[in-house]
Amino acid sequence: MCPAERSASGPGNRVALRARLVNMLSMSKGKTYFSEMTSDTGVRDPYQSYDAWFAQQDNARLAKKSEEAEVFFRSTGITFNVYGDEDAEERLIPFDLVPRIISGREWDKLSKGIDQRVRAINAFLHDIYNRQEILRAGVIPVDLIAQNDAFLPQMIDFSPPGDVYTHIVGTDIVRTGEDEFFVLEDNARTPSGVSYMLENRETMLQMFPELFSKIKVQRVSDYPKNLRKSLEASAPKNCEGRPFVVVLTPGIHNSAYYEHSFLADQMGVELVEGHDLRVVDGHIAMRTTRGYRKIDVIYRRVDDDFLDPLTFNPDSMLGVPGIMDVYRAGNITITNAPGTGVSDDKAIYSYMPEIVEFYTGEKALLKNVETYRCSEADSLKYVLDNLADLVVKEVHGSGGYGMLVGPTASKKEIAEFAEKLKAKPSNYIAQPTLSLSTVPIFTEAGLAPRHVDLRPFALVSPNGVEITPGGLTRVALKEGSLVVNSSQGGGTKDTWVLKE
Amino acid sequence: MKLQIHHRTQYDYDAPVGYALQKVRLRPQRSIMQEVVDWELRVDGGQVEASYQDHYGNHVDLVSAEIGVRQLVITAKGTVKTHDAAGVLGRVYGRAPLWHFVQPTPLTVADDKIKALSGIIRESDTVLNGMHALSSAVLRAVPYEVGQTQATTSAVEAVAIGKGVCQDHANIFIAAARAAAIPARYVSGYLMMDDRVDQDASHAWAEVHLEGLGWVGFDVSNGVSPDERYVRIATGRDAGDDAPISGFRMGASDESLVVSLQVQQ
Amino acid sequence: MLGKTAGGLYWMFRALERAENTARLIEAGFRIALTRSTDPDGEWRSVIITSATQQGYDAKYDGYDSARVTDYLLRDLDNQSSVLSVIKQARDNARLVRTALTTEVWMAVNETWMLLTDVLKEPVPETDLPEVLSIIRQQSALVRGALHGTMLRNDIYDFARLGTFVERADSTARIIDVKYYALLPSPSLVGSRMDNVQWEMLLRSVSAHRSFRWATDGDYASANIADFLILDRRMPRSLAYCAATICENLEYLEEEYGERSESLVLARALRARLRDRDIASIFDEGLHEFLSSVLGDIARIGIQIEQDYRFNE
Repeated sequence: MCPAERSASGPGNRVALRARLVNMLSMSKGKTYFSEMTSDTGVRDPYQSYDAWFAQQDNARLAKKSEEAEVFFRSTGITFNVYGDEDAEERLIPFDLVPRIISGREWDKLSKGIDQRVRAINAFLHDIYNRQEILRAGVIPVDLIAQNDAFLPQMIDFSPPGDVYTHIVGTDIVRTGEDEFFVLEDNARTPSGVSYMLENRETMLQMFPELFSKIKVQRVSDYPKNLRKSLEASAPKNCEGRPFVVVLTPGIHNSAYYEHSFLADQMGVELVEGHDLRVVDGHIAMRTTRGYRKIDVIYRRVDDDFLDPLTFNPDSMLGVPGIMDVYRAGNITITNAPGTGVSDDKAIYSYMPEIVEFYTGEKALLKNVETYRCSEADSLKYVLDNLADLVVKEVHGSGGYGMLVGPTASKKEIAEFAEKLKAKPSNYIAQPTLSLSTVPIFTEAGLAPRHVDLRPFALVSPNGVEITPGGLTRVALKEGSLVVNSSQGGGTKDTWVLKE
Repeated sequence: MKLQIHHRTQYDYDAPVGYALQKVRLRPQRSIMQEVVDWELRVDGGQVEASYQDHYGNHVDLVSAEIGVRQLVITAKGTVKTHDAAGVLGRVYGRAPLWHFVQPTPLTVADDKIKALSGIIRESDTVLNGMHALSSAVLRAVPYEVGQTQATTSAVEAVAIGKGVCQDHANIFIAAARAAAIPARYVSGYLMMDDRVDQDASHAWAEVHLEGLGWVGFDVSNGVSPDERYVRIATGRDAGDDAPISGFRMGASDESLVVSLQVQQ
Repeated sequence: MLGKTAGGLYWMFRALERAENTARLIEAGFRIALTRSTDPDGEWRSVIITSATQQGYDAKYDGYDSARVTDYLLRDLDNQSSVLSVIKQARDNARLVRTALTTEVWMAVNETWMLLTDVLKEPVPETDLPEVLSIIRQQSALVRGALHGTMLRNDIYDFARLGTFVERADSTARIIDVKYYALLPSPSLVGSRMDNVQWEMLLRSVSAHRSFRWATDGDYASANIADFLILDRRMPRSLAYCAATICENLEYLEEEYGERSESLVLARALRARLRDRDIASIFDEGLHEFLSSVLGDIARIGIQIEQDYRFNE
């Protein structure tokens, strides 16, 4: 799975970028990492009960369980296709049976921060496509929007129902200390991975039912029900009766197809492709065995550019011609709204604390990873002085290329990069290296610490924000590695939020 | 001046049509330059599926062809009362910000030749005079000639070809204006040519946003600013943005297109 | 239900049925060619013709033998009808219609695909052939069992069944047609060794060599065999049985949807052609001509089902 879904378009370079970046940084010596299970004084509170249970387990039995889980995942077809290669083998994301445990208090804090952030992001998107007050106020430079590829003029002067743009958000969070949580990415476009959150829990419940009677873990299984409710609540204002919801997938060869069919199945709605849909009597309708049937809400997992060949990429075979016209006429809700990718931009990310404050009037509860905008003289000076310790990225770059990873770069590379930076400072941002926390995984030799991140999922509708207590924990399976990405040997864990 | 417009677009399909959509921008809007006395969009062989204001404030109708027809006719007709405002539309703004009209689009990228044309703006005493000078310069560089360019020809390509029609003139003018950081946009509409009732085609010109004046129109092809012979229909960032009709059709059948336009007093 | 989903179910079950039929055909060919035939290469050729893959095969190979024919029918991805190809098609279609399947059906198909892609990774040596063919049969039975045991009897089920029986009718008609000359009443040949071989091949191709004995008291006569395969409604692969089942499922659909369908009209006409008549009248009509026109009917029913239920745009 990928941190940001790549349904039909480009190669998701940012993913590779981050993977490489984190990997290289892990080689820097002498770092200490926050361990979520243990501290100097013993086992941390959230893990006490689990630790007690684990101490009584037989390693051979657990190893067998672990194998059973893999067989189960495979025969259920919980796989992802390697993108761009239809014939490539479908791959399985390794599942580790040790849960990542978060206390109710920690979660409380996190979820408040996420809630605040997604509300701000929606207000920001509405503003950007309407009055643009944040630009008028000079909080964000106009260029960041004007030069932003994800900005869709076709969304100007239009408000979706309830002014909700990003209905499903997957906020990537890393932890570096007891109270240190940072947002790494906002993923307001089309976050994927929620099926793993649900399947991982289901697998744990089947393997270790006794654990869940001992330890009170908050449920995640309501997610599909809540997702459907949230989508229905976002239906067009003129919709009569219970809104008809569908999931739009690019098709069975998409890397996240399993998730698309899983969510449709779990919500009890139809899974459609572009060629199932057309405009009928002013609405988008799907071709059934008995004729066309009107649709009110479309949870699309097709990228903006491919959504409507009549408005965007005319060569797209994945989209629905005329859907943007029907959308602007107010006869369908598209979730997430087109153009939400504006807020996923790296440069916009660096302004997120200002964005949160501008729209909520509050200080941001969740921290950003410190980001130096080289367009600012002081920052530029700092970055130039500390290139060897920093990661420098192109602001609008298509990732991977044109970045500098200071700790692993040669003196020559650093010197050359400094020249590029000085020539066009506004094109770059820089970030310090990150020390991801660790959680143990199960190995044949017992528990061993590995680095993790976390992607909780938030649902936004005109009725409010709902955050599922849990999320997708990705774990770097290789010792010492900071690469949690599944395409680079990362795995997943069940994420427990304790009731308190 | 009271103008009668009758704009008929006829699609003939060589096989019964399976599924076809047309996005239609053919409804004039009220402004200080024009009042819409009456207006009607008629669709024969199809229906209007949805109507809305687009991101530039244009009225859009999404039209579908009836399944199985071999002919779709879209007729826009009505009466518009026009006023001569010396081309000045004024300080009327939609939600699309001015900076948006400074950004180049694929059809309005400025190459060195267009930037050179753009230089004339700075050399003039006022920006307004500069724009008039630019208009003349574009027409000199690319004299009017039909048949040399197509709907998808960009400003850069038209300059290279050295011949063009109103659409190319507008695209080049817009590209040059933006190269000088002046917001510019494309306007599609009608022009009543005094000597005839049956007009060749829809017309197009450009508008730029000038400090103090607001939006001002320039018809490069005719070397004037729009007067009471002009009817404004739609605006966009280039010729692709506000095409009067753009379509999608499924299936392998071929279509042929006949457009007739009458503008008269 | 989406038209595409109905189509996915239909084609998924056509593909599964085809995999099973191909395996059965190979098995019959293998037995006869190995043990009974004076012309094994000729038997393999008729296997290829029956599977409707002759054009592709001839373009690739010169001449027929066990190794090449079995490989082409089992593993060759250039052959759209090879077991490996159709199992992948079945599984792709199952993914497409995942939301319409029970977990049991989905897992049965997915496991079948995983198992067969593994088993058919390398060419199958003759010594392993019986086991591989038996795996294919068993997996088919597994999917069928999951379908019968867990799926609601609604339109989803009907489309699955339609796929199965349209494919099966087509397959049975082809099997008979390729050997039709052996079934023609011809006094001089009755009971000859050659006939016996051909009859056994026919019956084995539809897994009916035992059931024929039960049903007819083992009265091996060409007319009895033709009657059994074409008109006997006790025999689950006979044309009459397939036509009746297709009608039955189309009737359920008509009832559920409350709409008349043209495909049911066609299917009923086919059923009528196969009911209340005796085999002699078919011989009078001309067996080959009769089978050709039945194959045409089956193809038309298939196309009409696709249109009636909007499988495609």
